[in-house]
Amino acid sequence: MTAMTARDGKTNQAKHPIYLDYQATTPCDPRVVDAMLPYFTEKFGNPHSRNHAYGWEAEEAVELAREQVAAIIGADPKEIIFTSGATESNNLALKGVAHFYKDKKDHIITVVTEHKCVLDTCRHLETEGFKVTYLPVKPDGLIDLAELEAAITDKTAIVSVMGANNEIGVVQPLAEIGALCRKKGVFFHSDCAQAVGKIPLDVNAMNIDLMSISGHKIYGPKGIGALFVRRRPRVRLQAMINGGGQERGMRSGTLPTPLIVGLGEACRISAEEMESEGKRLMALRDRLLKGVQAKLPEIYVNGDLEHRVPGNLNISFAFVEGEGLMMGVKDLAVSSGSACTSASLEPSYVLRALGLDAEMAHTSLRLGIGRFTTEQEIDYAIDHIVEAVSRLRELSPLWEMHQEGIDIKSIVWADH
Amino acid sequence: MAAYLDHNATTPVRPQAARAVADALGIVGNPSSVHGAGRAARRLLEESREAVAGSCKAAPAGVIFTSGGSEANALALTGLGRKTIIASAVEHPSVLKAAQCHVLPVTADGLVEPQILERQLANLGGRDALVTVMLANNETGIIQPIAELARIAHAHGALVHCDAIQAGGKLELDIAALGVDSLSLSAHKLGGPQGVGALVLADPDQEVSPLIKGGGQERGHRSGTENLSGIAGFAAALRELANQDPQRMAVLRDGLEEELLKALPGVTIFGRGVDRLANTSCLAFPGLTAQTAVMALDLAGVMISAGSACSSGKVAPSHVLAAMGAADLAGSAIRVSLGWTSTPKDVEAFVEAFVPLAQRHEIQDAASAA
Repeated sequence: MTAMTARDGKTNQAKHPIYLDYQATTPCDPRVVDAMLPYFTEKFGNPHSRNHAYGWEAEEAVELAREQVAAIIGADPKEIIFTSGATESNNLALKGVAHFYKDKKDHIITVVTEHKCVLDTCRHLETEGFKVTYLPVKPDGLIDLAELEAAITDKTAIVSVMGANNEIGVVQPLAEIGALCRKKGVFFHSDCAQAVGKIPLDVNAMNIDLMSISGHKIYGPKGIGALFVRRRPRVRLQAMINGGGQERGMRSGTLPTPLIVGLGEACRISAEEMESEGKRLMALRDRLLKGVQAKLPEIYVNGDLEHRVPGNLNISFAFVEGEGLMMGVKDLAVSSGSACTSASLEPSYVLRALGLDAEMAHTSLRLGIGRFTTEQEIDYAIDHIVEAVSRLRELSPLWEMHQEGIDIKSIVWADH
Repeated sequence: MAAYLDHNATTPVRPQAARAVADALGIVGNPSSVHGAGRAARRLLEESREAVAGSCKAAPAGVIFTSGGSEANALALTGLGRKTIIASAVEHPSVLKAAQCHVLPVTADGLVEPQILERQLANLGGRDALVTVMLANNETGIIQPIAELARIAHAHGALVHCDAIQAGGKLELDIAALGVDSLSLSAHKLGGPQGVGALVLADPDQEVSPLIKGGGQERGHRSGTENLSGIAGFAAALRELANQDPQRMAVLRDGLEEELLKALPGVTIFGRGVDRLANTSCLAFPGLTAQTAVMALDLAGVMISAGSACSSGKVAPSHVLAAMGAADLAGSAIRVSLGWTSTPKDVEAFVEAFVPLAQRHEIQDAASAA
C-alpha cells in the first residue's frame, strides 16, 4: 500500500515508529481526504440552507453519505443520525432512551468491558435513579447469554453490548443478543465503533435497535460519527443538543458536510474492501502472532482469537515489567490498555475483567494492524518485540527463577 | 458568477484553514495516545487551543472544544449548574430549546433593556440563575450591551453565558471586558470548517458538568476523540482574521443599504439605528414575501436567506422579528449577510435583482388596492 505515503512524499517503509495502534485511531485514507476537500472550499454550503444551490449541493452530499453509512450496516438512510463521534452516539443512545422511557422503565443492562463512555454514562444515569446491571465476561471476553437473559426484567429499557472490544477485539454474539432482546421487548444498543467496516453487520438480521459508529476508526476523519436509530419498531430518544431541529430533532447543530462526506466515503471503501482486507489483516495478524510465539515462550493472547476483528492482537508478556516493555518497543507506536486511559497507570479494566492479575494486565500490548500496515512492518515488529522482551527477561530475576522451575506464585516474600 | 450573500448561515472555509485541515488529516495519531504519533496530535491540539483562547483573550485552559455552536450552548445551559435560565427573546433556538427559559423581551430595536433584567433577577433571585444573552444576533446582526447586562447579573449572584457564535470573527472579543462567565464560538461562521466550536470559560476552574461523558478528554468537560482537523482549521481561520480589513465589510454593507433606501423608500432595515454587525442587513419590503424574494433572487444567481438557515426547511416567521414587534413584516424579512469572499460586484448583483423585483410588487400592490 502506497496510498498513504503518496501524499507526503515520504516512504512508508522507513517511517519509524511503525504505527500499530489502529484501534486508537486510523490515518485518514487519502481517498477520503480527496472526497472531503472540495466541501471545505468551493462546495461550502450549509446543508440546511433550503433557499439556494450551495445549500442543495451540500444537502445532496450529506444524503449520499447517509446512504453510504446506512448501507454498511443494512439500515435505511432515514435511520442514520450524524453526531460528533461514537462517544456522543453512545451518550445519546443511552441517555436518550433512558430519559424518554423513564416513566415506564428504569433498568439498563451493559457489560463490564464496554468502552469508558458507555460505562461513565451508565454511572451517571445511576445517580439519576436508574438501575444498571453490569454483566461480567467469561475469560475469553465474551458474555454469557444465559446471564443476559436472567438479567432482563420487565423494567429493562435497554441492553447495551458492544460489537467489538477496543482493547481485545473480541466480537460479541450480536445476533443472539438481538434475538433475545427482541423476544423480551427490550431495546438493543451496540457500540460498533470498532466493528463497523471490519466485520459484516446487519441491523435487521441482528435485531439491533441502536448502533454507534465512528469515523476515525475506519480511516475517516475525527469529529464525526453516527447513531443508527431504528424506525420500525420505532425507538424514541430525548435529544441532548437542541436547536435548529436537524437530524429529525434528535441532534441539532449545523451538519459538518465535509466530515460527513468523509464518513460516507470511509464506509463505502470499507464495505467494498472488507472481505479482501479482512483476509489480508488476518494473515498479517497470524504472521505477527506466530512470529512472536515462535521465539518467545510464556506469552498469552488476551481474548478469544476466533470471535475477533481481524486487525487486533492483545498479548501479555509474562516476566516483563509493563513500563519497561513500553520503553523497550519504542520503535512501535502501540498502546497498553485503551488510548483514552493509557495516560494513567491503572491496569486495564478490560483485561482485569478477563481475570488477569494486575501484573499480567500491566505487561500487555495492544497491537492494532490496519489498512496501511505492510508485511515488512510486521516482520520488523516481530524482531523488535522479541528483542525487547528477551532483553527485559534477561534482566529479570523472576524469569531466571522461572527458568529454574520455581513457581513464582508459591514464593513467600520476606518483609524488609 | 453567483453572488453568495448568506455568510451568516455558513461562510466559505478560508484557504489557510482548508490547508490546516488537510494537513491535520494527514496526522496519524490520537491526541490521547502516549506514543510519538499521539503526542504530535496533542501538540497540534494545544497550539490550536491557544489560538482560540487568544481570539477572546481567555486562558487556554478555559477552552472546551465541542462539535459546534449548538453543543457549546447546550453545554453552558445544562452544565453550569444553574436551574433558573433567563434568556433574551431573540436567542438562537439552540439556546431557547436547550432548557426551560424565562424570556427577556427586547425593544423594537432588538435590545435587552438592563432595567428589565434587573427586575427579572429581583423576582426570580440570582443565586440559582444563569443569564444567557447573545452578543450579536444571527438574523439582524444587532449587538447587545453584554457588559452592562453581565454586571447586573453578577450583582445578583447569577452566572452569565454569551452566545458569541455570530459575533466571532466579526467583533473583537475580550471575555474579561464582556464580563461573562462563558461564551460559545463556532468555527464555520468565521471561515473555519463545520463541525467544531468551543465553549470558552472565563475561569478555567469554573465547574461544568459534561454533556458527553467517556474518555475524559477536554479536562473531563467533553469526552470523545477530538475533531483534530476541524480544530486545526478553526485555529487557522482565527489566525487569518488578523489580516482582514475591519472597515471593508461596513463599506460594502452600508453601500448596499444606501442604494436600497434610495431606490425603495418603502423598505425597512432592521436595527439600523443601533450597534450592528458590519456584515448583516436584515430588511423587509412590504408586499414582497420572503419566499418569493429568495426564490427570485436565487434564479438571478443571488443567494440570501429568509430568516435563519437552521429552521430545517420550515417556513416559520422569525421569532426574532416577532420579539421586536415587527411580526407583520416578518413574512417579508430577508437576510443579506456578507463575508470574506464578498465583493462590490456581489452587492451590485443583489441590488440589481432586488430593486426591480420590489418595484414590481409595489406596483402590483398599488394596482390591486385600486
